[in-house]
Order: sequence, then C-alpha cells, then structure tokens
Amino acid sequence: MAVVSSRSGRLGNRIAIAVVLVITVIFLSPIYWITTTAFKPLVQATSVPPSVLFEPQITPFVKLFTKRAQLTAPVAPEIYEAAPWWEKLVLDGGERLARDGNGEVVFSAYPDRFINSLIIAITSTILAVSMGTITAYGFSRFRVKGEADLLFFILSTRMLPPIVVAIPMFLMYRAVGLNDTHVGLIILYTAFNVSFAVWLMKGFMDEIPKEYEEAALVDGYTRMQAFFKIVLPEAATGIAATAVFCFITAWNEYAFALILTNRRAQTAPPFIPSQIGTGLQDWTVIAAGTVLFLIPVAIFTFLLRNHLLRGMSFGAIRK
Amino acid sequence: MAEIELRHIDKHFGPVHVIRDVNLTVKDKEFVVFLGPSGCGKTTTLRAIAGLEEIDSGDILLDGKPIQDLRAADRDIAFVFQNYALYPHFTVYENLAFPLRAVGTAAAEIDKTVRSVGGSLGIGHLLKMRPSALSGGDMQRVAIGRALVRRPKALLLDEPIGSLDAKLRETMRVELKRLHYENGSTSIYVTHDQVEAMSLADRIVVMNEGILQQVGTPTDVYLYPANLFVAQFIGSPVMNIAATRVSSNDDEARVSLDGASFDLPRVLLGMLEQKKAGQDLSLGIRPEGVLVSRDERPGYRPAEAHIIQPFGGFDIVDLKFGEKTLRARTTSGFVDKVGTRVFARLDPSQAHFFDSKTGASLGIRLGG
Repeated sequence: MAVVSSRSGRLGNRIAIAVVLVITVIFLSPIYWITTTAFKPLVQATSVPPSVLFEPQITPFVKLFTKRAQLTAPVAPEIYEAAPWWEKLVLDGGERLARDGNGEVVFSAYPDRFINSLIIAITSTILAVSMGTITAYGFSRFRVKGEADLLFFILSTRMLPPIVVAIPMFLMYRAVGLNDTHVGLIILYTAFNVSFAVWLMKGFMDEIPKEYEEAALVDGYTRMQAFFKIVLPEAATGIAATAVFCFITAWNEYAFALILTNRRAQTAPPFIPSQIGTGLQDWTVIAAGTVLFLIPVAIFTFLLRNHLLRGMSFGAIRK
Repeated sequence: MAEIELRHIDKHFGPVHVIRDVNLTVKDKEFVVFLGPSGCGKTTTLRAIAGLEEIDSGDILLDGKPIQDLRAADRDIAFVFQNYALYPHFTVYENLAFPLRAVGTAAAEIDKTVRSVGGSLGIGHLLKMRPSALSGGDMQRVAIGRALVRRPKALLLDEPIGSLDAKLRETMRVELKRLHYENGSTSIYVTHDQVEAMSLADRIVVMNEGILQQVGTPTDVYLYPANLFVAQFIGSPVMNIAATRVSSNDDEARVSLDGASFDLPRVLLGMLEQKKAGQDLSLGIRPEGVLVSRDERPGYRPAEAHIIQPFGGFDIVDLKFGEKTLRARTTSGFVDKVGTRVFARLDPSQAHFFDSKTGASLGIRLGG
C-alpha cells in the first residue's frame, strides 16, 4: 500500500514539475525575447522568422547611453580610425555620435532617468509601506468607528482607472507647481499604493496574535515600544511582500510619468520608448533600455525572496 | 507581593454587560481561581486587573492603591496567556530577559536572573532555542518564567494549561502548585476546568454571566454550593437536580420527585418553614449522596440500573425510579449489568435544597 501511494505520489510530483516547467517557460519567454533583442544586430532584431542564432553585440547599449544622428555621407577613414571601438560599432550601423562644441561625446539622459526612477520608486515605496503599516495596525488593533466604511473608502480609491483623472491631475499639478518634479510623482505613487498597502498589511496584522503586544505591555513596555520591538519584526514578512508590490507598481508606472513629467523628473518608462531612434525604428535600443530597467526589480525581489515565499503562504500555515 | 481588591467593577462590551458589580479581595500570597463557563466574564476581569481591558466603573486596588487608570506597564502585574504569547523572533533567553530590559536592568543582573529562573523551571538547557522549537509544556514553562522573572506584585494566569494534553496538564498542575509554594506570589488563575480549580485554589470564585456566584474554598464550594448554577457547575459527574415537593409522612419528611419519593429526617419540615420556603423547591444530591444497596432495606426504594459508566475506581450508575432517573456513585462493579434491580435512598447530610425560582440555596444542612 505504501509503495503504491508513494509511486502515485512520485507520478503526481512529476506531473506537477512538468506543469511548473511549462508555465515557467511561458512566463520567461518575453524576458528571453527582450534580452536577446538587446544583444542582436538591428537587422536580426526585426527579421521574420525571428533569428535564434546570432552573434551577440553590445551596440544597442552604446546607443542607449549616447545621442546619435544618421550619417548623411560615409565617414572619413581617418575619423573612423581615430574613433574608440564602441564608437566604431555605431558608425558601422550608419549613425554617428553627437558631440558637443569641445568634441566630447554627448551622453543620453538614460542614466538620469534611471536615477529618477530609483529615487521616486524607492521613496514612494517607503512612504506607502510605512503609512500602510501604521494604518493597518490601527485598524487591526483598535475599535475604529465606521471601520468597515473607512476601509471600503480606502479601497474605493482604486476602483477608478487612474488614467481617468490624468487630465485633472495634470491641471492641478500645474497650478501648484508640481509638474515635472520628483515630489509630484512621489506623492502620486504613494497615493496609488497606500490603499493597497493598507489592505495587504491589514491581512498580515490580523494574523499576528494581539497577545504578543499585550505580553509586551504587561512586561513593562509602552504601546509604541511594543509596536517597534514586537509587531514590526513579526510583520517583516508582510512588509517585504507589500514593499515588493508597491515598488513594482511605482517602478513600472508609465501613463502619469508621461503626462506629468518631461525632463527633470522624468522616469525611465516614458524615456525608453522615446529612444526608438533617428530615422528608423531601432528596437534593439528599446530592448537594451528595458533589460537594464528590469534589473532593480529583479534584485529587490531576489533579496526579499524568503520573506515573499513566507508571505504568500502566511495565512495558510499560521495557527 | 500584594493584595488585590476589586470594588464594584462594571464592564460592557457594546450592549453586553460582561462584568456586573464584582467585589472581591485577593489576599497577599493567596491563589484564587476564577471558574466559570466560557463567556462568563472571568477572563475579562483578569484582563481588567492586568490593564489590558478598561473598566466602565469601579476601582481596582493593589495594596490599597487604585490602579485602574494606570497603564499595564506601570501596574507591576505579570500575565500568562493561554497561547503563551512567547515572542517568536526571540530566543528563550531573550524572552525571559525582555521584561528585565524594560526597566533597564544591568546586563550581568539580567544574565543571573534569567539563568536562575530558567534553572528553577527546568528550562536552563533551552535558553538558546526559539519558542517554535519547544514542546507545549516547555513553552508554558518559558511563559511562566517570563512572568516571574521580574518578581511582579501579582501573577495572573489565563487558562495557562488549557491547550496542553491531559497528561501534561496534570504534570503542569503539580508544577504550578510547587511554584506557588516556592514563590508565594499573589495569583489569580482563570479556568473553566473544575478539576484544575479544585486542585490549585486556596479559594475558588465561581462566575456566571458576569456575576460572582460564590467565593469559597474548594471544599466549601463543593459541599455547600450557594445556588443551582454552582451546584451543577462543580462536581463531575454533575449533581442530580430534581423539582420536589416535601410533605409530612409520620415520623419523616417525605420528598417526592416525580415518580420517586424518599424519606428524610423530620427536622427538614421545620427548617423549610423557618426559611419561609415556598412550594417551588429543587432537591440537589450528588451521585455519592445516593446510597445503593443490593438488598431491600427500610427507607430504600427499588430502582432499575439503566446506564453503567465504569471509571475504574468507581462506577456511575443511572438508576430509574419509575420515570425519574438519579445518578449514583457505586463501588466498582457493584451493579454488573443493565436492568439489575437495586435499592437506594438519599444521604440526608448530602441533600441540598434550592429555591427553583431564584436558584439560591436555602442553606439547609441535615446532619453530617
């Protein structure tokens, strides 16, 4: 009997593994596509059928970090010889690098936009998660008058597709001078995420037995101390999970960033498509920008993976 | 160590009146057990004393000083939770040290105290472990250790061994009693288990629906229940209760339960008259107060054994007197099979009389 059940168990395991593999492949295929495109020569990037074998090159990344113009005439041989190797890659593709009055290469705005993205996403995540955590704690632990209504109200801010309010937001931001500022986008993304953070954290807070804090209270601590010494470490899993979701939302946001910023505070998402090229559509540059853009989220999620895994099964395994 | 006094405590949860005018004094070094069914207000009362629950009105005094407006942290009262509430992200050592750190104890002093408390509770070898790696009994020991480590004025325990298995409960019960002898801390212990209450308490406080039903030593509460609720809540198997009429019968007082009648000493009639008892009477008699004989004897009524529950040391037998069933405690194997005809009478010294309307005991004691 035991043999039979373990055999069927093993078969079940194998089927499960196979299913997981198929799903993984499906989910990873766009990432494979964009990553390979970022290393392809321009011709192969758009070839039909798509080329699987190609000689990887980093030209798209060189293009991503520089400003370029179409060559109108063949470049002079001595200039070509004098150019560094990475400039030759661009010249080979029929474009030249833009140079300033001193002959220095002009770099693109990608690094600035990337740093804008980091500043705005990280700050708004910290704000949304901390406000969400405190609010959720309040709702979870104290008798709040009209608790259900208030929580519904908080949730209702997410029922409207955000883009509907884009124009009014734009006018309001212009009136108060928040257009194209870091603070403007930070406020907006925090507002997007805080309702989500409250709801997610409330679930986690409810799972933490209130006896932990009560024990700290009778052990001689104030409620504030109990919150920081006992509740926060216990809620670490939930905080990590919430932070990942908030970060991804803020990191990926496109529409408002496109409308509300244009230079100083512009984030990477609206910037990347603007680099589609001069003269022809250079998808490899877009792909290169996107691949680099994926890295912070991947690192962040990877660092918090243990918390995330626990977070996903939190309600299920706890007493 | 200290004396705890409750004066006119009242508390509502919304429309529910959970504590009704509770007055009680717990003396220094006394071990008092709050006993009652779930929802009777015993845990709420305990939490109010600890400062985890606010009261609507009344005074809570610790050594004569009102503490009802103090924060839990400032009351110097320790609390042991039913689910232990050990901090999961701390080791056992840190759990025990946590209350000491709150008052800024020096590190060397903390180390000494933690090790000494750990040693006296037999958890010295577990100090480096996390609570999740401990057995239920050890978790409970750590929880009690955390409560005792800073020598609080009073120790409150909320069903501390309720979630352990039966055998471990028994071990922990003895251990709790030993700890109380050693530390002599003023303790209040909440439970719904009357065996725990009887075996641990100096005094038992029986609560129901937010009202103190009776306060007394375990013997008092068992032998002289103040009302029908206490009579039926304390004692296992439960006391026989039957509506009864008492009449005069020659030299005896005859109590008639529907279907059966027994003779009790004639003084009962005078006592009932003196207490101005009405006609709505209930008779209560514990199974050991139903005396059983195999042979017919004067004063014994015939009955048929109906259900037999062997408990090893004794049997509990349901006896049918016509329509009326009384539960009797017999020696083991006294009645060997269902349907056996036996004879029984009531032990007058164990008969209780209650007013059926109010439930209050009439306080009648016949001999014994």
